[in-house]
Amino acid sequence: MDALRTPHLLTVSDLTPGEMEGIFRTADSFLDLSSRTVKKVPSLRGKTVVNLFYEPSTRTRTSFEIAAKRLSADVINITTSQSSVVKGESLLDTVRTIEALGADGVVIRHPASGVPEWISRRVGCHVINAGDGLHEHPTQALLDLFTIQKRKGRLKGLRVAIVGDILHSRVARSNIRAMSLMGISVRLVGPPTLIPKDRGDWNAEVFHDLREGISDCDVVMALRLQLERATANYIPSLKEYAKFYGISPSVLQSARPDVLVLHPGPINRGIEIQDEEGFREHSGILDQVHFGVGIRMAVLYLLMAGGNKGEGNA
Amino acid sequence: MPERSSDNTYFLKDVRLLDPSQGLDREGHLHIRDGKVAGIGDLEIPRSGKGPVIAGNGWVVAPGLVDVHAHFREPGFEYKETIATGSQSAVSGGFTSVCVMANTDPVNDHPGVTLDMIRKADDIGLCRVFPIGAVSVGLKGETLTEMGSLAQAGCVGFSDDGYPVRTSRLLKRALEYSAMFGKPVIDHCEDRDLSDGGVMNEGWVATELGLRGIPNASEEVIVSRDLEVLKTTNGHLHIAHLSTAGAVRLVREAKRRHLNVTAETCPHYFSLTDEAVRCHHADAKMNPPLRSEEDRLAIIEGLRDGTIDMIATDHAPHAPFEKEKEFDQAPFGIIGLETALSLGIVLVREGMLDLTSLLYLMSVRPARAFGLPRGEIREGGRADLVLFDPDGMWEAGIPSFLSRSRNSPFRGRKLPGRVMMTFVDGRKVFDRREGGS
Repeated sequence: MDALRTPHLLTVSDLTPGEMEGIFRTADSFLDLSSRTVKKVPSLRGKTVVNLFYEPSTRTRTSFEIAAKRLSADVINITTSQSSVVKGESLLDTVRTIEALGADGVVIRHPASGVPEWISRRVGCHVINAGDGLHEHPTQALLDLFTIQKRKGRLKGLRVAIVGDILHSRVARSNIRAMSLMGISVRLVGPPTLIPKDRGDWNAEVFHDLREGISDCDVVMALRLQLERATANYIPSLKEYAKFYGISPSVLQSARPDVLVLHPGPINRGIEIQDEEGFREHSGILDQVHFGVGIRMAVLYLLMAGGNKGEGNA
Repeated sequence: MPERSSDNTYFLKDVRLLDPSQGLDREGHLHIRDGKVAGIGDLEIPRSGKGPVIAGNGWVVAPGLVDVHAHFREPGFEYKETIATGSQSAVSGGFTSVCVMANTDPVNDHPGVTLDMIRKADDIGLCRVFPIGAVSVGLKGETLTEMGSLAQAGCVGFSDDGYPVRTSRLLKRALEYSAMFGKPVIDHCEDRDLSDGGVMNEGWVATELGLRGIPNASEEVIVSRDLEVLKTTNGHLHIAHLSTAGAVRLVREAKRRHLNVTAETCPHYFSLTDEAVRCHHADAKMNPPLRSEEDRLAIIEGLRDGTIDMIATDHAPHAPFEKEKEFDQAPFGIIGLETALSLGIVLVREGMLDLTSLLYLMSVRPARAFGLPRGEIREGGRADLVLFDPDGMWEAGIPSFLSRSRNSPFRGRKLPGRVMMTFVDGRKVFDRREGGS
């Protein structure tokens, strides 16, 4: 088994390239399951996974839920609308309560950056970051890389352009880290208002012109644009954003002929992705959803199947 | 607890007498009697019967420290701090005079609140508490407070701290009006529009942690505004908690133009950078935020060349349950009264300042800038004194601070400089040997 050193998955930086490859191998073996009639393995039987979502999310929550259920774990979903969060119970109290109820793993999505890490230092169970504020979304980066590897056959040496709102994107932050670790060269494409000025050790080239930015790229990853960015004047209008940064069949002419297009979803059609039908064979967007389940099974399995609780390895 | 007994005489024996206000730095003894400094230097120390003789071990005796910027939270937020716990925290850190900010509940925008604060502090009898009145009623940035009545009640300056003075026009009126009482208007310089919900310094650390950044310009825009407005008045502008290199440059330039401006910084701005947010989380969250190394060095340079007049603490207690939260949600502020002197001594050890300059920045200068008759050791003068061991090492906040709160990024850090005793009006209000951490 490709065991992980870390008891939690909080950021991509928790992982080594070898561990990522191990996750991909494990995901591959689980993917075979989905073509069987009985899509379950007993790996996490008797364990409880709590999906604690403080932000609306259909895709990620469902993906984690299916992943945990295929591993035979008991799954509880808690979302802000139905929990005592609305009664003002503090975050820490909520998580401690969940732990006291016997959860072995908590998958947490939260609008504030740093919450999963903060929680992980205060509880004994495994903590998996399912997206925190603007900070990280490690399983998304893993499934993105896994999709690229499946479609391209390799990672090292590829050139990827990440297009859009880098500043507010946890998907971008996790991907920039993960891609650099795996030997991919990363470009960031977007208007200056949506790209952080201080990029420290991010090894990424910045482009403001889309065609120039994606030229010669093997992969173009469009990010979701939060529609409120226009009202906050990060961009003048959605129309102008779509005009300059929308991914369309004609724009993709600038990329490599076999370019792969990814998007973490949900897509604002007509804004960041235009006329997907026109580049259907280049789109990896549904693959991402499919491979996401395998990646999350692998992460849950590698963190939780060993029987060691979080504090043991911390 | 304060001593109010007939033991009103002390001899501090074999101490280093250090008073930057008069260039005093010598070995000797000091005699306190009836609240005053009765003698300095080569005194005859009585064998017995004339009050306790305290062996000074070569420790430093200096004017009691003066903090022009603290939050004692009373009235209204007694679960964070009270005048009593804040005073204990202050005297254990060597502070004998503390100016307390107006953002209480009710706001200190009325003489009744001011008088109540002073009365409580007097009853407690530890440090002197000098209230700072609000600039605007309810800190709302609309209506000027009755500054005259507040000054009569004992306010030593005016500030909407927590918020900047909201409009340029209000600032102009406040500076003009307060000038007739000779009291400073203290501004928390922040363009909140530019801060835009930021929670830490804008920079690489914020990028990486995915936290919203507060740019340096947020401070500098308002410092610029304030200085330009100041120029049109006869007022005294005091800039609170300077944190950026650009703001230091602006103040330096303004002083060259002889504007009536003073400025403070806080120990955390010369001790830490935004890197501290990575490990101390909300205990490293304050406003203005911890900045870059370049800013930190510029702050030190400002202290060295006199651009920054003084070190204040911005002691801002918050309860653990408030800080134990998502970083975004936790309130801004850290406590500072018990670590300020030690962090200053770290600068001395690093060769950035000499001890005399440090004490000047922490007692003489703030007292003078705020018109407080404090900050010197003279025969016949008020005996507000601190006795400290500059080499004594201690672990900050372990087992606990005397403040009611513990929100400090320095908790657990080994620091040099141990306050041994503090005297206010000749009374021993703190004695390390009698307990206290």
